[in-house]
Amino acid sequence: MPGWLNRSQLVLAAALLAAGVAQFLSNRLDSYVLSVAMGVGINIILASSLNLINGFTGQFSLGHAGFMAVGAYTAAVLTGKLAPQLQPIFGGHVELLFPFALIVGGLVAAVAGGLVGAPSLRLKGDYLAIVTLGFGEIIKVIFQNVEYVGGAKGLNAIPDYSNLFWVFGTTAITVYTVWALMNSTYGRGFLAVADDEIAAEAMGLNTTRYKMVAFVVGAFFAGIAGGLFAHLNNSINPSGFDFNKSIEIVVMVILGGMGRHTGVILAAILLTVLTELLRQFGDYRMVIYSLLLILLMLTRPQGLLIWPIRKSASRRTT
Amino acid sequence: MNRSPSVLRPTIGSFPTSWPTALLLGWLLLAGGCRRDSSPATSSTVEPIRIGEFSSLTGPLAGLGQYTHMGVVLAVEQINATGGIAGRPIELLAEDTGSKAGTAAPLVRKLISRDHVVAVIGEGASGRCLEGAYVAQGAGVPVVSPAATDPQVTAVGDCIFRVCFTDPFQGTVVAKFIRQNLGLRRVGLLVDTGSSYSVGLVDFFRKRLLADGGEVTGEQRYTSGDKDFRGQLTALKASHPEAIFAPCYFGEAGLILRQARELGIEVPLLGGDGWEAPELVEIAGSAAEGAMFPVHYSVRSTSESSHRFIDQFTARFQKPPTGVSALGYDALQLIADAIRRAGSTESPAIRDALKTTRGWTGVTGEISLDEERNARKPATIVRIEKGQLTFVCTVTP
Repeated sequence: MPGWLNRSQLVLAAALLAAGVAQFLSNRLDSYVLSVAMGVGINIILASSLNLINGFTGQFSLGHAGFMAVGAYTAAVLTGKLAPQLQPIFGGHVELLFPFALIVGGLVAAVAGGLVGAPSLRLKGDYLAIVTLGFGEIIKVIFQNVEYVGGAKGLNAIPDYSNLFWVFGTTAITVYTVWALMNSTYGRGFLAVADDEIAAEAMGLNTTRYKMVAFVVGAFFAGIAGGLFAHLNNSINPSGFDFNKSIEIVVMVILGGMGRHTGVILAAILLTVLTELLRQFGDYRMVIYSLLLILLMLTRPQGLLIWPIRKSASRRTT
Repeated sequence: MNRSPSVLRPTIGSFPTSWPTALLLGWLLLAGGCRRDSSPATSSTVEPIRIGEFSSLTGPLAGLGQYTHMGVVLAVEQINATGGIAGRPIELLAEDTGSKAGTAAPLVRKLISRDHVVAVIGEGASGRCLEGAYVAQGAGVPVVSPAATDPQVTAVGDCIFRVCFTDPFQGTVVAKFIRQNLGLRRVGLLVDTGSSYSVGLVDFFRKRLLADGGEVTGEQRYTSGDKDFRGQLTALKASHPEAIFAPCYFGEAGLILRQARELGIEVPLLGGDGWEAPELVEIAGSAAEGAMFPVHYSVRSTSESSHRFIDQFTARFQKPPTGVSALGYDALQLIADAIRRAGSTESPAIRDALKTTRGWTGVTGEISLDEERNARKPATIVRIEKGQLTFVCTVTP
């Protein structure tokens, strides 16, 4: 199987290179276009990582904004409040401190994912949705009450380290990781859990462990997306990571097609850009947005894109 | 939702055959391609002066944002009707934050880099205003906030101004009013821990109350969006306060007032400037009677300019203005005045002119901006009587 391995890694390398070139050319774009582009990247990370949980593994998590919040706050504290202690370690190099903060943010979010997942992933379907929904709200309330991170005022004056390279580099890595995971032998386990949990268990799969891995990996990338978001907007507020934010990400996954790589990415791009383009319609934008969502769900219930017919066929034979 | 994804998997299908997707993508491309380009208009027409505004036009704080926006619109229309500024009309570009956190920063980026506004009217809610303030400060574009009272907002940098008083100021003023004018000592606190505004106000209130020999009988908490405050109010009632201070926005305030009266709490209830909106009386009904709070400006004020403003506003929008309408009006007039004084529409020149604002007369009274870019002016305490705001007194800290 080294054939596809090499090719996909080549694609990843090309994507990283493209992110670097984009960053190099970014001073030609105005900052609004830049911020929308980065918003697109962050939403792709969020949607792809939730797709791993909701789409491929067939669980229903409503707590993605909570993991995003954990990552955002952790990374922002590291680059903001703890910067005086941390900067010397990295010799004042932001290009080292920032990815470090992002990864730590992702890891803390992954630990949070593990803590939530361990007791609740034994639950099935709707129950998990309720537990994760509760988790998201708890995270929000915790941040609202911790004075160190600004409480309800939120965390402000976060340095603006996010740029096209970091955002799209991370996006490429996220998409690659989810893709590679799903195309590995281990990844078939996720699909088995999604397709029929009882059958999967009968075949000897530890379904709880598979769900747990999907959950933790998803939370990790959501945490990284949170870190990028915090360093893009310069300020974060607990109320920005509420239930509605989770639903936004769920909508991207459902619209794109649960368990579809390309469709979900396309949906993330579409919904982010759509929100911006609809601004010119003023008060009617929410009506138009909702109508478009209904229209798309009615006409494309299977997802925006039906990409490789070959893939779905091969999946069935697995 | 333990549904197998294979149910959603169709048998046939390929990318370009989906007409709605193709249609939508096409429209997006078109819309993206046809965006107004930012190059100056042809020389035959006068280029307008662009001023941006970001506020909560929808969502739970729409009552605040809409009334502010109407004040701003009135000011723009009046300036344009009298020939604009040096012959150039003002073009107002208003964006809606939807009362949501995390939306203001991209909006301000859009206003500045895409619409090329020379100055921005900030959001009335402090949290959202703060998010936008960092972006504007970074770009060097001045922001004048009509009603963001959090001290942090203008501390962001030398581009951020406000035409209202601050939270330390109003927290202090209410504490002083309770101690000296009402002669009360024991106060219960009801805090919205989800709102930076509420938390900040209570902090400053407590400091002054304790310094003046007052006493906090109890502090109860809730989070924004809660609808039932009976538990907290019952606990407060049991601590026998002589007054209750519950700073929050009008939505929660209306419910708090109503539920407090239902529970038989008869002591005075006081709030912050966030209580001022017609919705407060609409929600609380007769329970709003006797509620007191500080406002930036009383529509019952006697000055001639404020009377004229009320008449013009009512004629234009078929409803009377609130305090934030007057603040929005003043914020825009102040920017216009700064542009006239600067003789330039360059952002740094406007900022420098704003910094030197001294004794400028707006409809909310005389405004002087201090070194921290805050407006110095006294607060007016009002009481609701028969559904109307009644002037009680003016308090200085």
